[in-house]
Amino acid sequence: MTDPAPAMTSYHLSEKAGRRLRRRYARERGFKVLSLGALGLTALFLVILLGSVVLSGWSGFITTKMRLDVTYSESHVDAGDPSSGNIRMVVLDALRERFPDVSDRRGLRALLGIVSNRGFLDVGREVAGDPALVGRTVEFWLPVSSDIDMLNKGYIDRTAPEDRRRLDDRTIAWIDDLEASGDIATVFNWTFLTSGDSREPELAGIGGAVLGSFWVLLVTFLVSFPTGVAAAIYLEEFAPKRRWVDIIEVNINNLAAVPSIVFGLLGLAVFLNVMHLPRSAPVVGGLTLALMTLPTIIITTRASMKGIPPSIRDAALGIGASPVQVVSHHLLPLAMPRLLTGAIIGMAQALGETAPLLMIGMVAFVVDLPGGPADAATALPVQIFLWADSPERGFVEKTSAAIMVLLGFLVAMNGLAVYLRQRFEIRW
Amino acid sequence: MTQIVLTLLLVALAAAGFCLGRHRAARLSGGRPSVLHSRPVYHGWFVALACGLPAISLWIATLVVGDWLVESAIVASLSQELQEASGPVLRRFLSDAETLAAGGTPTMEVTPALEAAADAFSRFRALEHWIGFGAALGAGLVASRVAFRRIDIPARTRQPVERVLLAVLLVAAAISVLTTAGIVFSVLFEAIRFFDKVPVPDFLFGLKWSPQIALREDQVGSSGAFGAVPLFAGTLLVTVIAMAVAGPVGLLSAIYLAEYADPRFRAVAKPMLEVLAGIPTVVYGFFAALIVAPALRSAGMGIGLDVASESALAAGLVMGIMIIPFVSSLTDDALAAVPAALRDASLGLGATRQETVTRVVLPAALPGIVAGFLLAVSRAVGETMIVVMAAGLAANLTANPLDTVTTVTVQIVTLLVGDQEFDSAKTLAAFALGLALFVMTLGLNVVALRVVHRYREKYD
Repeated sequence: MTDPAPAMTSYHLSEKAGRRLRRRYARERGFKVLSLGALGLTALFLVILLGSVVLSGWSGFITTKMRLDVTYSESHVDAGDPSSGNIRMVVLDALRERFPDVSDRRGLRALLGIVSNRGFLDVGREVAGDPALVGRTVEFWLPVSSDIDMLNKGYIDRTAPEDRRRLDDRTIAWIDDLEASGDIATVFNWTFLTSGDSREPELAGIGGAVLGSFWVLLVTFLVSFPTGVAAAIYLEEFAPKRRWVDIIEVNINNLAAVPSIVFGLLGLAVFLNVMHLPRSAPVVGGLTLALMTLPTIIITTRASMKGIPPSIRDAALGIGASPVQVVSHHLLPLAMPRLLTGAIIGMAQALGETAPLLMIGMVAFVVDLPGGPADAATALPVQIFLWADSPERGFVEKTSAAIMVLLGFLVAMNGLAVYLRQRFEIRW
Repeated sequence: MTQIVLTLLLVALAAAGFCLGRHRAARLSGGRPSVLHSRPVYHGWFVALACGLPAISLWIATLVVGDWLVESAIVASLSQELQEASGPVLRRFLSDAETLAAGGTPTMEVTPALEAAADAFSRFRALEHWIGFGAALGAGLVASRVAFRRIDIPARTRQPVERVLLAVLLVAAAISVLTTAGIVFSVLFEAIRFFDKVPVPDFLFGLKWSPQIALREDQVGSSGAFGAVPLFAGTLLVTVIAMAVAGPVGLLSAIYLAEYADPRFRAVAKPMLEVLAGIPTVVYGFFAALIVAPALRSAGMGIGLDVASESALAAGLVMGIMIIPFVSSLTDDALAAVPAALRDASLGLGATRQETVTRVVLPAALPGIVAGFLLAVSRAVGETMIVVMAAGLAANLTANPLDTVTTVTVQIVTLLVGDQEFDSAKTLAAFALGLALFVMTLGLNVVALRVVHRYREKYD
């Protein structure tokens, strides 16, 4: 016969104990939810960050064009010297023909303002290349100015009062008219991917910045990879285990934690002011970032050399290889996949780096595409920084679109690193 | 251009030496490489290095010494007036002459004196190049001839080649030390020049920061004020806000990942944190300036608070988000280093997971977590782009997170971006701030390492 009474009075089974236990379990559940919530919050930040970039940036990849039938009349363009013709008048005539009811000066100027400056260049270039066009009519799809582009993408509030809007009612009516007749088209924005910077948002592109980043990374890789690997090999395989090797080691770890802007100061003081290398040039940016990625590369190289079993070393030494041959014939080839992975990750870090490049003057306004590492250039993150500062509405979408391109490059590089690691990883 | 072509010619000569040396060694061995003391490749390298090392070092030496000689010759030929001109004027004249000689457009008007100097430049340079190249070529040819003669079956060419290689490796290892030395000396040197103009106590304890140097001598505040306390305070405020976000969120995320999550969840959550860590800081800056700051401002308006458009709060919050993965991965490492036996013992005694974490695992991992937090603080102090884009320039001495503050890194960027003359206190101040930043981050780093070493519990 069991009697529950004594059990109920025991310390562990009393009612008080039950309450205590429930409280402990509640606290446990609360803690678990709290820590999961922290992770969820992090995920939420990531989603908001990426989401807001994509939401404001996708429209940077498309642009608005308008169709215009342009007649190169002899009165404005001389067949003998077509490149010095008055193209503005040619375009103005075409616009007048399209909107015959506009005749006042202000209206005509506003009409010309629809077309982007690049449009005039396009029209002029066409006839300069083919003088036989004089006197004939050609159909053009011309880029429109940034305000019209913004209107077409829906960034301009049509319901706002006219004086608080960037476009007046008449211009909006013209655009609606063009739209109704199918003369407005939304197309992929190749200009954005291929051209250099510009003061006008509709003509600004990241081509120059991407090329600049390419030259910077090339210099960074060519300098930091061989140097870093050589330094790591020396420290790991040949350095006598003496005190100053420890000093180098501590030094490398500390160097990895130095803020990037301090490397920029170093680049400014040493490369520009002492060595007189050209300002704003990718070669200086590359050297500065190379010094910055050096610790990363040395650390990954040493880790991958440590990961190779000693038996390989012993076997090679045993059949008469010299220590240098052990490294060059066996250790280096075996470590290569991990070395490359580390180098790619280091390069991805260097690609996103902005502050040191500001220090060495890579913030210049550069319209031309850089043709080599000594030409003035900006880099992709610096271009983002510059555009983020621009007040025009048109640059907001360009900034976000440039961020999307930068993130795309980073994803591709890190993806390549992961692929290489999995494809070539050797398990001992 | 000529320099590059001539350098490539010397490299090509060394490459030819490599081929010849290897070929000769291979022929001597008669198809059985094992009779040679050193493999044919080493003989090739031996000849190539014998040719290349003296040639290229002689070439570089003539370029360095020659440039100096050419410049002094031209300066000597200049008019009295220019010779006595101050350093920058002379420098500009010389660099313009050089640009003109290279076919570029000089920055100043082309005068007969400039043209004469440019002419002299091109003549002397050509002379310098051909003399230097001739000497380098001769030295290379003689040395490679001697080396080529030494190729023989018992010749020990591997040893010298390997010695050169080791020297190259040693130089590479020394570069990392040279970088640190370069940072310290370049920053220190300029900072000392700054402290010549502004006394150290004024910089460290001054309460007013306005580095604008007046154009006229008699203008009010013409000396500029370089009291860095508002910058340190602003940096501290932004860092505290950032750590208030990143500390708890990073710590709790790491606890969930290390103690609760099953491997499949970890496989999703870890990469998410890595993505967050891989986003460039300029993107965070954009996010802070264009999305978070306006949102905070309108939210503040809604509840009747006046939030500055470049508030410390916006910059700090976003910086906190940026640092979360950093805190969480360092904490994760520290938690993973706690032996499973401690956890099992605690759970076996009937403690809940929460009790195990807070009473057993966290105390055991504390040194690692503290070190991680210190490293995160050092990251926040040195972070530049977020604050440059989202925090302001006004050096307010305030603890109000809704106000505008400025930080050390923002001021470094502001002082150095754009055209600058290199001797003004304004430019040099950036290096003094850089020195302060370097000392702070290095100090935090060293303390973090000390904490780990001294307080780590050994469980083996």
